[in-house]
Amino acid sequence: MYVLPRWSHPAILYLRPVQLPSRLIEAAVDQMATLPGIGRRTALRLVLHMLARDEDRVRDFAEAMVAMRSGVKPCGTCHNPTEEETCNLCANPHRDDATVCVVEDVRDLLALESIGEYRGLYHVLGGVISPMDGVGPADLTVDALVSRAAEGGIKEIILALPASMEGDTTAFYLAKRLVESECMLTTLARGVSVGEALQYADEATLSSSLLNRLPYKG
Amino acid sequence: MLLKHLHLVHFKNHSGADVSLGPQVNCFLGDNGSGKTNVLDAVHYLCFCKSYFNPIDGQNIAHGEPFMLVQGDFERLEVEERVSCGVKRGAKKQFKRNDKPYTRLADHIGRFPAVMIAPDDAALIQEGSEMRRKWMDAVISQYDRAYLDALIDVNKSLVQRNALLRYFAENRTFDASLLAPWDARIAPKAAVIAKARKAFVDDFLPGFLSTYAEISGGAEEVGLSLTTHVNDDPEAIAAKMHQAQDEDRRLRRTTVGIHKDDVVFTLGTHALKRFGSQGQQKSFVVALRLAQLAFIEQATGVKPILLLDDIFDKIDEKRVEALMKRVTNGTFGQVFITDTHLGRIPDMFASTGADVRVFEVHQGEVKVQTPSKA
Repeated sequence: MYVLPRWSHPAILYLRPVQLPSRLIEAAVDQMATLPGIGRRTALRLVLHMLARDEDRVRDFAEAMVAMRSGVKPCGTCHNPTEEETCNLCANPHRDDATVCVVEDVRDLLALESIGEYRGLYHVLGGVISPMDGVGPADLTVDALVSRAAEGGIKEIILALPASMEGDTTAFYLAKRLVESECMLTTLARGVSVGEALQYADEATLSSSLLNRLPYKG
Repeated sequence: MLLKHLHLVHFKNHSGADVSLGPQVNCFLGDNGSGKTNVLDAVHYLCFCKSYFNPIDGQNIAHGEPFMLVQGDFERLEVEERVSCGVKRGAKKQFKRNDKPYTRLADHIGRFPAVMIAPDDAALIQEGSEMRRKWMDAVISQYDRAYLDALIDVNKSLVQRNALLRYFAENRTFDASLLAPWDARIAPKAAVIAKARKAFVDDFLPGFLSTYAEISGGAEEVGLSLTTHVNDDPEAIAAKMHQAQDEDRRLRRTTVGIHKDDVVFTLGTHALKRFGSQGQQKSFVVALRLAQLAFIEQATGVKPILLLDDIFDKIDEKRVEALMKRVTNGTFGQVFITDTHLGRIPDMFASTGADVRVFEVHQGEVKVQTPSKA
């Protein structure tokens, strides 16, 4: 009999190719495990959950996925996902079309929308430049942004990219490409976060806050 | 700074050890493979968050055990601090100071300084420039946080820039506007590093020269200088990187920058690497380490721990004795020594009146030996 080594964790069992009771289950697990953040263990749990459901509900689930994939496409203007040619943000006449906020992906757009204060439009870049991961400007919607700016009518472009090395580099690259558009380029303020004690802020954050300090407005 | 107590669980061949240490000299004596050096390495772990010998944490866990723990009670600037490092197989290492885990290990480096002198040190002279840059980086990082941050940033940027150059070569394309953002990011940080390195070499040299003279008895003249093709002007660095673009494209990597710096060691007017004898090279490295210790103390106000592994491999008995005498006059703080010879080191200290604790190490067990009276 094979005795497990002392350090074996139950999870290790799932890393080994365990024979599943059915090929169909096996195929479903393989598919599920292709999702980000889902390992084989979780995939199996989710698949067994599906197996226990009514067949109709599983069909609804699968159909929702397929319908979503075939019905949603990027907005022709800002690349925000939409079912129409133009997304509801770009189509909204009450929004300020002279201001465009550039974000890495839809999640950042949603975060900015959730504050309910920004009234301008967006441009979803679809990632940031990272040669190591094989992502260059051609993989992003950079050209679309440049031609959008060249059309005129945009006064300000806000670069709301992540505060990482790749985010900064992308912002630098965009700034170079957007020079000719003569739009005002701004970037999000970077510094001590709201409610944070100064003593716990890291040095880079604190020095950025000090460097970009503002006139006191009371 | 003192390490008062060391606690090891499943660290290399130590299944469990509890050692109370003395404030001056701590000798670990035992046969080959008994685990003497592992005690020193445990101290290295606490000071630098990693092993001196094996960078893979999981391989420092005793065979067949699920985890390891290295814990030390320090006294630093009259404050007691507890540092612990736990590694579980398959999990990230947990490094804590006063029971609070670090989010960035870089925050710990330099807080508890130490200097190690080990038999493989001659590699510093023999091997490529990377070894010497690493040595310089390690010393400067122990007192200059901004330097370490800039270095990490430049290294990451270089990985990206080189990936881009490889992409250009593989796809037979080129776009200078894609390189520009990386140059713009690297140049100012490289300037910070270039400035710190130059200042370091200038400040370090006098102390090193006098230390070498003491060890060698003034027999020969040595030198140490920085070779670099960048200066501390960000614009000049950016311009040089721009100039080197064609060369970079051809070689598919960044050819100009602080990652090409080297420290040149000389003996008289010749390169120590080629013309120095084994003994001269060993003396050079020992002097380098000792000067490094004094330098760190001066820069941080904390006396580093000195770890001497198998010191007799390096220098003759007479010189070791001279070295040990300096321990007692307060040149060094706490010292950890290993030796295979049971009586040799304790005998050397017999006449100096130093506080010497002797530990016998046998198959991963550390036993206190009564101080020898000679």
